[in-house]
Amino acid sequence: MSVTVEDPRIVEFDVRTDEMLVNMGPQHPSTHGVLRLLLRTDGEIIHEVTPHLGYLHRCAEKIGENLSPVQWIPYTDRMDYLAGMNMNLGMSLAVEKLVGMEVPEKAMVLRVLIAELNRIASHLVGMGAYGLDLGTFSPFLYAFREREIILDLFEEVCGARLTYSYLTIGGATHDLPTSIPIPPGLASLTGRRQDEQVSWLDAVTMFLNWLEPRIKEYHTLLTRNHIFIKRTAGLGIMDREMAIDYGCTGPVLRGSGVDFDLRRDGDPIYTRMYDGYSFDVQFAPFKDAPREAVLGDNWCRFFVRMMEVVQSIRLVRQAIEKYPAAKGEYRVPFKMSTKLPKDEVYLETECPRGAMGFYFVGNDQAEPLRARAKSSCFCNLSPTAPLCEGFLLADIPAIVGSLDIVMGEIDR
Amino acid sequence: MTAEEILNLLVEQFGKERIAGANLEAIDPWVEVSPDAIADVARFLKTDERTQFDHLNNLCGVDYCEPDEKKQKKFGHEPHIEVVYHLTSYNLKHKITVKVVLARWKDGQVGSLPEVPTVSGVWKIADWHEREAFDLVGINFVGHPNLVRILCAEDWVGHPLRKDYEFPLEYHGIRGK
Repeated sequence: MSVTVEDPRIVEFDVRTDEMLVNMGPQHPSTHGVLRLLLRTDGEIIHEVTPHLGYLHRCAEKIGENLSPVQWIPYTDRMDYLAGMNMNLGMSLAVEKLVGMEVPEKAMVLRVLIAELNRIASHLVGMGAYGLDLGTFSPFLYAFREREIILDLFEEVCGARLTYSYLTIGGATHDLPTSIPIPPGLASLTGRRQDEQVSWLDAVTMFLNWLEPRIKEYHTLLTRNHIFIKRTAGLGIMDREMAIDYGCTGPVLRGSGVDFDLRRDGDPIYTRMYDGYSFDVQFAPFKDAPREAVLGDNWCRFFVRMMEVVQSIRLVRQAIEKYPAAKGEYRVPFKMSTKLPKDEVYLETECPRGAMGFYFVGNDQAEPLRARAKSSCFCNLSPTAPLCEGFLLADIPAIVGSLDIVMGEIDR
Repeated sequence: MTAEEILNLLVEQFGKERIAGANLEAIDPWVEVSPDAIADVARFLKTDERTQFDHLNNLCGVDYCEPDEKKQKKFGHEPHIEVVYHLTSYNLKHKITVKVVLARWKDGQVGSLPEVPTVSGVWKIADWHEREAFDLVGINFVGHPNLVRILCAEDWVGHPLRKDYEFPLEYHGIRGK
């Protein structure tokens, strides 16, 4: 600055705070993985946000072009690794639609049961991690205690705790186990003996009975917490038009007031799985929202997820009731060398984080000509820049966290 | 609206030359649009009362090419690139697939990317999807505000989802094989 002033005290008024470039990430704990946000800030105020993606890019689509669909299923686990079952399901349904395959009733009930159980686990992590973003540690511990039991139950089903590859084309790889040793976490929470044998379905029911009253506790712990409301309500507001324009799906879209859920409004091959189940689609505005909450803000997006946990519990209960009487086998065989017809299919399913789409182009070969995974988080992350601009630096974790992203799915 | 009604509406609006073809028997019925018309067609599909396609589900490029000469006979497609747009309307609950067919290289010159007008002004999400298609498939979206790589590193060479893409043997001293 070359201005000369006679009175040195005036300098103070002449000083301009310069803009600063700050790299947030890729190792920042509250960016949920390896997202790098390049921020142009003026002090604490954000002027510009540029998200940089791709740190986890494996070009899974290229791999998919060189494998048959069954071989590609393990790669879908590693996209949204918090909801591997839902990813397996989406991909399997797309291939089944392409080859025109019918799945027995029992397999469908099993798929609803498993997918909704995984949705609960995924939303619990979403809740716990969002608490961490905002600086509260205890919800995270509670959420992981509950999720641990679901993972134990999944381990009894398929042997894996994170990357299941369980739901496959034509149904599932195994039937549900009949008798299992009770998961240690569940035993200690419900006061049972550690070495007790229970049926798998009973274990799930025991867990749901235990979880359901806890949801209210999470609301007192987090959702209705005064500090939490101050940090989330009225921030990161995305109205209906903006959410649709940016291609947002899932809880982010419903948090902006769109009544749309693929389990109800999606493709027939997907919605028929949910025929005969009763569940409500949760969308903002909520009657019991705090006064400060605005349609489409962080709080609404978070609350949609919490309410969906309750709905998923309902769905799992109904599936447990239906399972013993369901007709047919748990799968129909699908050969790895099955040739995909010369056609193409695009199918979206409702994953916990939004509408995950799979697009296959067949060419009379076992390997698809094109295997595309449209990521829901990729679209949900795209409005970050307009949402964050003009807010304080400390609000960025609150806004990005409320979008509930998983980088493995964005980068693929 | 059914796919047939949408096709008729588009032909009536834009004429047979600009609506290059359609396949209504496919699992997902699609309409093919000539490359120069896609921006207009996209805007029409989004804003018209009868269609209201406000949601762009997916935008991606597909490379139809078989680099292996022995397999070319069985391949059954002329070499070309398709840009595929999957659209849904939240209000009217109908969907359609729109395609644009491009040459693999502009003017037949290997290395110069085929061009298609951007639709990022119609749907905001197309911005990122087009960046991804540019990055991985190698399609130049003319008029895009910020057409840079999104998933691969900025200095990456080539477009990995092209069928004749050659995997690099070395990247900044990291050996690939």
